[in-house]
Amino acid sequence: MTFNLPSGLALQKVDERIMTLNVGPQHPGSGHMRIIVQIDGDYIVACDPDPGYVHRGEEKMAEYRNYITNIPHLERPVIHDSCNVLYPYVLGAEELLGIEVPERAKYVRVIASELNRCIYIMYWLAIYGIFLGHSTMFMWPAGDRELLIDLMEKMTGARVTHAHFVPGGVRNDLPPNFEDVCLRQVNYFEKRIKEYAAIFYDNPILIARTRDTGVLSRQDAIRYGTTGSVLRASGVDYDLRVKEPYDVYDELDVHTNVMKEGDSYARSKIPWLDMLESCNIIRQALQKMPKSGSVRVKLKPNPKTKGLESVYKRVESGRGSLGCYIVSDGKVEPYRVKLSVPSFRNLIALPNLLKGEKLGNMPSVYWSLNYWPVEADR
Amino acid sequence: MSTETENPPADTKPKVKSPPPKPVAKKPEAAPVELPAFEKSISDKIVEKFGDKIKVGFVKEDRVRINVGKENVHDVAEFIRDALNYDHVESVSGVDYPQDNEIEVVYHIGSYSESSLARQILVLATRAPRETNPIPGNDATRLPTLRDIFYSVEFHEREVFEMFGVFFEGHPDNRRLLLPEDWADLPPLRKDFAIKGR
Amino acid sequence: MIKDLVTPENANVFVGKLGDILEKAIGKPLGYAINWGRIWSLWPVHIETACCSVEFGAASSPRYDVERFGIIEAFGSLRQCDLVVVQGTITRKMAPRLRLVYDQMPEPKYVIAMGACAITGGLYFDSYNVLPGIDGIIPVDVYVPGCPPRPETLIQGCMLLQEKIKRMKSRKFV
Repeated sequence: MTFNLPSGLALQKVDERIMTLNVGPQHPGSGHMRIIVQIDGDYIVACDPDPGYVHRGEEKMAEYRNYITNIPHLERPVIHDSCNVLYPYVLGAEELLGIEVPERAKYVRVIASELNRCIYIMYWLAIYGIFLGHSTMFMWPAGDRELLIDLMEKMTGARVTHAHFVPGGVRNDLPPNFEDVCLRQVNYFEKRIKEYAAIFYDNPILIARTRDTGVLSRQDAIRYGTTGSVLRASGVDYDLRVKEPYDVYDELDVHTNVMKEGDSYARSKIPWLDMLESCNIIRQALQKMPKSGSVRVKLKPNPKTKGLESVYKRVESGRGSLGCYIVSDGKVEPYRVKLSVPSFRNLIALPNLLKGEKLGNMPSVYWSLNYWPVEADR
Repeated sequence: MSTETENPPADTKPKVKSPPPKPVAKKPEAAPVELPAFEKSISDKIVEKFGDKIKVGFVKEDRVRINVGKENVHDVAEFIRDALNYDHVESVSGVDYPQDNEIEVVYHIGSYSESSLARQILVLATRAPRETNPIPGNDATRLPTLRDIFYSVEFHEREVFEMFGVFFEGHPDNRRLLLPEDWADLPPLRKDFAIKGR
Repeated sequence: MIKDLVTPENANVFVGKLGDILEKAIGKPLGYAINWGRIWSLWPVHIETACCSVEFGAASSPRYDVERFGIIEAFGSLRQCDLVVVQGTITRKMAPRLRLVYDQMPEPKYVIAMGACAITGGLYFDSYNVLPGIDGIIPVDVYVPGCPPRPETLIQGCMLLQEKIKRMKSRKFV
């Protein structure tokens, strides 16, 4: 016997149990973005990232400022990695304006860039600790990070927004006695972060939560065009510091860390290995750096480029390859500046990785993509 | 980089000395003489296959630029992926040229799987007609999508669509990405969209 | 004597008066106690809006440790929270969400505008997608300038807010 119910009272079918869930923008597990997930019970069946909550129109505003005044502006997407996010823009502007950088400035840049990479990764690691409910892993990196921030403060005068790289070198020379302090701090820092292995990376709880979650195969990592730690965790040996060395990276011995697994655990371990490698690079750079000399070529005010020209420069930032495409038309302002940011490139992996995962694994997969929403939105 | 750029000025300097200095005009003539060999071979392969359908924009160290019309961009991209082993797109940028009445879309294509191409970026540029009064999605500003060739362009093309109004035909997901949901103004990165006080 | 004054007709008037007398008598110390409780348990909402959240995170790191001033780390449902720290730029896409978050919070609630962007738009004063300050959407108690503010500045801003709460009239207590 069947009943014909009025349409408003129609019974819901049992298999229609897919629920849509908004994660963010006010959510401890999402940062500044919204992830719309559809869940069937505890399993994610579809995921649609919705970035853009911090889209501030940096690229448009860069067209109205000249090559020098763009500098403090273009480092704002990632203020805790500000040297690296500025690096490709400065390299590109140097090529367009035809400037040769002094040797010592190149080494200062490498040191600043590596220190910034560590600062970025420590912040990232601290937040990863929170996402996994591991409070100690917030406190330790957030505290040890201040050591390197002190160094950067000595070098540039600012805690996070340095605006230190300019076309033609760096803004200031190193302060007196910086090399010794830097070496001592970096050695201590390296000793400290080696202790993280015991509390975090060998922790059975962490391993249980991140092993085999969000596995990204080598083939897919290449197909999605991911970059940085995500790519290297999937077994692709690609690091721009080795493959396309800029400034003085070709004179330094840089080792690329690669892991084969491609899961969240590998993606969370690669940045930590990168920090140890950064400590090595800083020590080498301190040793090889010319002890004196100019660090900056003075520019004329409002420098102009030659004509309609375009340049694409890229560097390895804390998150991966960061490119800057500058088109100039011979005026004091660039015609178009495009930042090709690693966070935006890695974002495409998120919907594909989350499909079939448990909802509880979402934070660990999401943050292991080394994603910084402010950068992705620009 | 340093070795390549230092040589041309050394050659040109003696020539330029006698007339009033015009080094800017001389440099582009001297540069093509010593094109980087590997990069030249890449551009030659594409020229050989497509002939005059494409134009080589420049061949610099590690960078090759190919300008191609919108009707051939799909074929060229397919050739680049299958025959030249480029496998991912790093960035898709739109550039607005109101004076040419065109919007340029530039794909920066790189390769992870081929180790000899690790340094290389192939710049594939194509142009779409520009409308004075754009209706994003419903006007002639259209390009074929490369999403079926390079999966990695998915979000980049969505971004170009909302920032420039270039509709990518065949893209499965042409929704808005970064701008607010109620954005009803011009696409903001077009040159005729002026920001406050400028 | 009091029996003559209170009759069943005017009993409710006297009860009402009694409430007034009580509020007069112990309102001040009780209000002080309530405010004291509010000062030392400010719970911020976990809403990150832009890059100032880096320095907000640093403020709760061991070196600065904002918790010792009674500002508890931001990990809770917004129904339990009474403080919004607007950490930087508010874009046009974020603005309705910020208002929604503010509206969903129970009274009393306080707002700290952190960073130049939240105060006036800052570096992004001429951007097409950034609001020129948040005081058009929600009322702000304390402004903390800087781009980004140092953690010490944020802590000082929090202490100013506590000072302000101390002098505020606590709402009706029953």
